[in-house]
Amino acid sequence: MPHRWISFRRVVAAGCQSFVRNAWLSIAAMAVMTITLTIVLFSVIANATFNKTVADIRDHIDISVYLVDNITPEQRTELTNKIKDIDNVRLVTYTSKDDALKSYRNQNQTNVTLQLAISEINNPLPASLHIKLYNPDKINDIKTFLDKPENKALQSEPTSYSGDQKVAIDKITKATTFIRRAGIVGVIVFAIISMLIIFNTIQMAIFNRREELNIMRLLGATKWYIRGPFIVESILYGIVSALISVAVCNGVFAVSSTTLNANSLGLLDIGYANSYFADHFWVILGVQIALGVLIGAVSSLIATQRYLRFKGTSAA
Amino acid sequence: MILLDRVTKAYGPKSSPALERISLHIEPKEFVIIVGSSGAGKSTLLKLLTREEKPSSGKIIVGGIDYEHLKDKQIPMLRRKIGVVFQDFKLLPNRTVFENVAFALEIIGVSTREIKHTVPRVLDIVGLKGKEDRMPKELSGGERQRVAIARAIVRQPKILIADEPTGNLDPKHAWDVIRVLEKINHYGTTVLLTTHNQEIVNKLKRRVVTIEGGHIVSDKANAGYR
Repeated sequence: MPHRWISFRRVVAAGCQSFVRNAWLSIAAMAVMTITLTIVLFSVIANATFNKTVADIRDHIDISVYLVDNITPEQRTELTNKIKDIDNVRLVTYTSKDDALKSYRNQNQTNVTLQLAISEINNPLPASLHIKLYNPDKINDIKTFLDKPENKALQSEPTSYSGDQKVAIDKITKATTFIRRAGIVGVIVFAIISMLIIFNTIQMAIFNRREELNIMRLLGATKWYIRGPFIVESILYGIVSALISVAVCNGVFAVSSTTLNANSLGLLDIGYANSYFADHFWVILGVQIALGVLIGAVSSLIATQRYLRFKGTSAA
Repeated sequence: MILLDRVTKAYGPKSSPALERISLHIEPKEFVIIVGSSGAGKSTLLKLLTREEKPSSGKIIVGGIDYEHLKDKQIPMLRRKIGVVFQDFKLLPNRTVFENVAFALEIIGVSTREIKHTVPRVLDIVGLKGKEDRMPKELSGGERQRVAIARAIVRQPKILIADEPTGNLDPKHAWDVIRVLEKINHYGTTVLLTTHNQEIVNKLKRRVVTIEGGHIVSDKANAGYR
């Protein structure tokens, strides 16, 4: 309908105009929105980076089973297959005595004494199976299996998860689980707080202009004609704030990668955070804009509703 | 044009009614002045006509619309048929003079071309030619009130309600506003004016309805102030 189209165009135009003319109010609202959206964005990236670090650490956790020298290839294959059949096992790789020697030599290239201590003829390094798990927290099934006497007989040394290493693995596992949970909770808490702050800011902005709403109402404007421009204005806040927050984030990464010269700050791998941001740039931009638009629209919708109840509808 | 039949309005069950069994009949093209002290019930009467308030009892018919059967959704349509001028102008602060007047036409879906044609003519009638691009805060009180009048009449309403339009103005500007109202009435619009200004009432020599304590105490044609 042409009438509706004219109204729609006028509502959008009025919203844009109001956005420009209320510059100071707009800047205040957008400042709050930008800060909160930026915090949310940073916490999302920090969380992703922590998760990556955690995943890296957990990926390095494996179980080494050292085999006796006189094990037959059949026995080895059978043991490997049995281990593979255990639910939690992701990957089993075999390292022969020769491979172990090569890797030992590689690791000690500069140390001649250590190199000379071992030769092909007198190779004390055992062959081994390296087991990677889906969930490093659950090693009981594997432990029970490896501790069976018939399996124990095939092993030359205690399995490497035992003793101090086991304690270290447990500690890392606990810490990483905690960090991951804390990260998710942090992101959610930040998101909720920012929504409340933005909501409040827009409510205040509209509260300051409730008289305008009232005037329009008295002139016979319909509900949507009145609230439309406010919603358009709030959506503009959301879009601009999202753009600024992504730009700020972009700037921070650009500066940090050139000036810090360090790839990691403890558990925060800046290089990864940077590449995560770059890889997900369009998704991040889209989600931030969607978030800004959504919060802006919902806040202004609720805030205007309060001042648009037609008086006189409740008869005394 | 306007008919009130035994209308009572009470704001709460315990408070005494602001208006009690008021009956009033106003013909088309009449110029009626409503006088009365503050709290007498003048504003309540006008709010009932613009449907900002609902009567507790009684019948109101304006321009053929019976308020009893009026749905909430139809209120905007009703308000578009009545022009209203307020004591405090009620201009949109962030819009220019032109835009304030144009707004009244925009909400009823008038084309942009027609708005560009009509608004300057109405601004000419109220004597604001050349001030189209000013913001309300750049105008004097009298000029602001004339913007409000232009906005009220641009839709050519059958009824114009002016609620103490001169209350905030000095005598010279007050008379400018009254002259504009007379001009509009002359063109055929029913005008309902409330005022405290004795001089205006006495000089206008129009029908005067006096309200005191929620009752109509006098209703005289060609009358003066009490």
